[in-house]
Amino acid sequence: MELIDLYFNLFLSFFKIGLFGFGGGYAMLPFIQHETVNVHHWISVSDFTSIVAISQTTPGPIAFNAATYIGYTAVSNVGFSTFQGIIGSAICTLAVSLPSFIIMAVICSFFFKIKNNQWVRSALLVLKPAIIGLIASAALMLINDANFIDYKSWIIFGTVFLASLKKVDPILLIALSGVAGMLLYH
Amino acid sequence: MKRYLELFLLFFKIGTFTFGGGYAMIPLIRNEVVKKKKWLEDDEFMDMLAIAQSIPGPMALNTALFVGHRRLGFKGSLFSGLGVILPSFIIILFIAIIFTQFKDNPVIERIFKGIRPAVVALIAGPLVKLGKAAGITRKNAWIPIAVIIAVWLLKISPVYVVIAAILIGITHLAYLKQKLKK
Repeated sequence: MELIDLYFNLFLSFFKIGLFGFGGGYAMLPFIQHETVNVHHWISVSDFTSIVAISQTTPGPIAFNAATYIGYTAVSNVGFSTFQGIIGSAICTLAVSLPSFIIMAVICSFFFKIKNNQWVRSALLVLKPAIIGLIASAALMLINDANFIDYKSWIIFGTVFLASLKKVDPILLIALSGVAGMLLYH
Repeated sequence: MKRYLELFLLFFKIGTFTFGGGYAMIPLIRNEVVKKKKWLEDDEFMDMLAIAQSIPGPMALNTALFVGHRRLGFKGSLFSGLGVILPSFIIILFIAIIFTQFKDNPVIERIFKGIRPAVVALIAGPLVKLGKAAGITRKNAWIPIAVIIAVWLLKISPVYVVIAAILIGITHLAYLKQKLKK
């Protein structure tokens, strides 16, 4: 029954993430980190950062990637089998997508009326700048002792930050940082 | 059935080749759906983007669901939605199963020590550009700042932050209307 409880909590958390995750992409990270790291302790903050790194280098939206990965890890970390982990993974992926399915079905039935609705527009007037705050929080929440172990971490951070402003391919930057990590840390 | 399969395969392809999430896939979808298959007009596509961006959830999924729904109704959206989800599900599941076994390997740990700060830099990098695109000025800069204080410093669930943002927007309009009446 412990497993059913875990499945249920995973479903609930990821449904919430899908339902309130306005802005998509990085703006969804604070939701995911809050639920899975801070509230439920399913994964550690450095595991969470690794998942973001994996998402940045593989196709697909970050929210799906995180759901699939955390669903598997949360279940297998507490000693359940690979198969039970795969089920967890499927539950989370389904849960994070479900709100979009429901909302889109409603919107498509009423077709476009929502776009020019003045209430929706004035809500978006506050939501859009709020999403920028969420992305900034996503970055700030990851600046901690687990991810920044010494001055070398900050050198990597600064270099990648400047390179990303110059539009260098993020996958290349992740690969180079991995090589740098291997050379710098013994 | 053939048309459903066509929807599924198109979004499976899009899901497989979109690195970097939502915004990277817009030109790809537009090329397939508007130019090649002519399922949507260009202005309809633009309207759809506006909607996909203003409702919760990943934009890739919202876009897929919209196109599927417009083309073949709710059942169509099931096929397009599944198509866009499946590639990353398979890839990430595979990585998760492998990675949990090698996570404590010293070489992998060294590689990730280098990667973790880079991850943070890649999130922070686009912020300035995104801020301008979201229409942040001196007048509304308090909104992102308030969000940062709530979510990062006070560790309040972002769910409440989103609810508060929606309520503030609606209340503001109600207030303006009330003032107009008087």
